Amino acid sequence: MDASNYLYVSALLFTIGAVGVVVRRNAIVVFMCIELMLNAANLSFVTFSRINGDLDGQVMAFFTMVVAACEVVVGLAIIVTIYRSRRSASVDDASLLKR
Amino acid sequence: MTTSTSLVYLIALPLAGAALLLLGGRRTDKWGHLLATGLSASSFGVGAYQLLQMLGRSAEERPVSQKLFEWIHVGNFNVDAGLLLDQLSICFVLLITGVGTLIHIYSISYMSHDPDRRRFFAFLNLFIAAMLLLVLGDSYLNLYVGWEGVGLASYLLIGFWNQKPAYATASKKAFVMNRVGDMGLSFAIMIAFATMGTVSFTGVAEHAHHTSEAALTGMGIMLLVAAAGKSAQFPLQAWLGDAMAGPTPVSALIHAATMVTAGVYLITRSNFVFDAAPTAQLLVVIVGAITLMFGALIGTAKDDIKKALAASTMSQIGYMILAAGLGPVGYAFAIMHLLTHGFFKAGMFLGAGSVMHGMNDEVNMRKYGALRKFMPITFATFGLGYLAILGVPPFAGFYSKDMIIETAFNAGGVKGIILGCVTLIGAGITAFYMTRVIILTFTGTKRWDEDAHPHESPWLMWLPMAILAIGSVTSGFLLSRGDALVNWLHPLFAHHGEHEELLKPIVVSGLALTMVAIGIAVAFLKYSRNEVAHVAPENVSVFTKIARQDLMQDRFNEAIFMRPGQALTATLVATDNAVIDGTVRGIGQMAMGSGSALRGIQNGFVRSYAALILVGAVALVAAIWVVVQ
Repeated sequence: MDASNYLYVSALLFTIGAVGVVVRRNAIVVFMCIELMLNAANLSFVTFSRINGDLDGQVMAFFTMVVAACEVVVGLAIIVTIYRSRRSASVDDASLLKR
Repeated sequence: MTTSTSLVYLIALPLAGAALLLLGGRRTDKWGHLLATGLSASSFGVGAYQLLQMLGRSAEERPVSQKLFEWIHVGNFNVDAGLLLDQLSICFVLLITGVGTLIHIYSISYMSHDPDRRRFFAFLNLFIAAMLLLVLGDSYLNLYVGWEGVGLASYLLIGFWNQKPAYATASKKAFVMNRVGDMGLSFAIMIAFATMGTVSFTGVAEHAHHTSEAALTGMGIMLLVAAAGKSAQFPLQAWLGDAMAGPTPVSALIHAATMVTAGVYLITRSNFVFDAAPTAQLLVVIVGAITLMFGALIGTAKDDIKKALAASTMSQIGYMILAAGLGPVGYAFAIMHLLTHGFFKAGMFLGAGSVMHGMNDEVNMRKYGALRKFMPITFATFGLGYLAILGVPPFAGFYSKDMIIETAFNAGGVKGIILGCVTLIGAGITAFYMTRVIILTFTGTKRWDEDAHPHESPWLMWLPMAILAIGSVTSGFLLSRGDALVNWLHPLFAHHGEHEELLKPIVVSGLALTMVAIGIAVAFLKYSRNEVAHVAPENVSVFTKIARQDLMQDRFNEAIFMRPGQALTATLVATDNAVIDGTVRGIGQMAMGSGSALRGIQNGFVRSYAALILVGAVALVAAIWVVVQ
C-alpha cells in the first residue's frame, strides 16, 4: 500500500483538530482537538520513518507523546481550576488576558 | 612708516569713560558728564599732539602705526589688532574728537534735566571710542569692529528715550537697515580674503594690482552697500529721518558730523579697490547723485526742523559719495566737504537743539517764527552755518562744494555734464530748503504755542555753537588755501594726470551762485511774503505730498522688502509646521494609529489567537510551497 495515504489521513486528522480548536468553545473539546493534531503529527512522523527506512521519526513520535502527556497534566489542571473559579469551561469566558 | 605707542590712548580714554560710567552706576551721576567731556577732550589732545608730530615729518614718514596684539593667527592668515594713523585718519580723528568734545560740552547743559544724563554721556563716549577705532583700524577687520561699535552706539542713542515706542521703533529701524550695509562690508572682507588672502589695507592695496577686475568690482559693490547703509545713501537711506528721534546732540554728532560720513571714509580708504574697478566706481557716483537729489527733495517738504536738516545731511553726503566716486581727483574734495560739513551741519543741528530747548522741545517749524529777536546767538550761529551750506563765498561750503561741482563737470563726456547739472540743481534746491528753514524759524510772525517762552540758551550751549560757526566760516578757506588738504592727502591716493577743464572754476562758481540765488529767491517768494499756515496745508500738489512722505521710501521698502519678507517668514513658519513638524508628528501618529489598529486583534479570546496562528502557519507553508515550486 502507498505510504502517502497515511499522510493524507494525517492531514485530514490535523485539519479536523485545527478546525475544532478554532470553532469549539468547550475547553475539554478544544483540548481533545489539540491531542488530535498532535497525533496527526505523530502519524506523519511514523509514516516518514517508514518511507525513509530509519527510526528518527519513531523516536520523534515518542517525544511528542511525552510532551502531550505533560500537556494534558498541566492543561487539565488549568481547566479544572478555571471551572472551579468561574463555573464554566468555555474558553471564551476566560478572556481577561487582553488587559 | 613710524611706530608709536600712544595711538591706543585715542581710543582707550573714551572707552574707559564709557566703561566707568556704565559700570559705576549712580555713584558717578554727579561728575560723570564732566569725566566724559574731559576724556573726550583729552582724546582730542592726543590727536592734536599726533598732528603736530606728523607735521614735523616728511610726507612718506607721516603714517604712524601701532600693533596692539595678535588677534587671529591661523595658518598663514594673520590679523593683528593694529592701529594706523595716516593723513586721512588724522582728519577724522580731529573731527570726531573735536566736534565730539564740543557736543559733549553742549550736552552738559542740554541734558541737564534728564535723569539719565550719565548713561547718555557713557554712550557718547562709547560712540567716540568706536568711531575712532573705525578710522584708526589698519585692516578691514579692525574697521569692522569699529563699524559695528558705532552702529551699536547709534542704536542706543537713537533709542535713548526708548520709553516712547515710536523712538524705540526708530532705533530698531536704523539698526536693521544698518545690518544690511554691514552684510555688504562682511562680504567685501570675505571677497578680499578669498582673492587676496589678506584683509589689511596695505595688503589689499598691494594685491589690488594683480587681482581680477571682477573680484575687485564685487568687493567695490559690497563696500558701496556698506557705505550706503552707514551713510544713509540710496537705497538704504530710509533710517536717517527716523533717527532724529534721538536727542539733538546725538543727531549733530552721529547723524550729521561723524558716523554717517563713515561710508565716505570707507570709499576713500578703499581707493585702490575703486580705482581698479570702474564699474563699481560708476555705481558710487550714481548712488551719490541719486541720494543728493533725493535728500534735497525730501528737505523741501519737511516741517520738522530736525528732519529737514537730516534730509540735508543725506543730500550733502550724497555730494561726498559722488566726489569719492569720481576717483583720485575727487577723494580729497570728498574729505574736504566732509570736514566743512562736519562744522556747519553740527553747528546747525546744535542750533536746532537750542531752538527746541527754548520752545518746549517743539520741532514743527510752523510753530516757530520770529525767533531772531529772542535767540540772537542761535540765529547768528545758525545763519553762519546756513551761509556755509549754501556755498556763499567766503564761507566753508563755497570752497568744498564748488570743488565737487567743478570736478563733476570735468569728469568728461556726457557723464560729466549730467553729474555737473545734478550737483548744480542740488545746490539750488539746498538753497531753497535751507532758506525755508531760516524763514520759518527765525523770521516772520510768531506762530508759537501759548505756553512757549523762547529764550537764549545758556553759554554752555552757545559756546560750542559759536566755535562750530567759526569753523563754518573759516574751515573752507583754511583747508583750500594753497590746496592744503589736497596736498596733505596727496601721498595716499593714486596720482592722476592733468584733466581737461570743461568749465573754468569761476564759471562754475558763477553758475552755482546763480542757482543758489534762484533757490533763495523762490523760498522768499513762497514763504516770506505770505502768512505761513499753522498746520501744513492739505491742498498741495501731489509732488509735495510725495516729498512729505519721504518720496515714498518707507512705502517702497514696505512693499518691496517688508511685506514679501513677512510673507516669506509666514510661509517658512507654515512650511516648518506642516513639513518638518508634520513629519515628526506624523511618525508619532502613525505609530499610535497602527498600534490602536493592531490592538483590536489582541482581544483576549484564545480561539482567535489560535485562528491567527493557524492562518500564519498556513500562509508560511503556502509561501514555502510557492518558493519551492
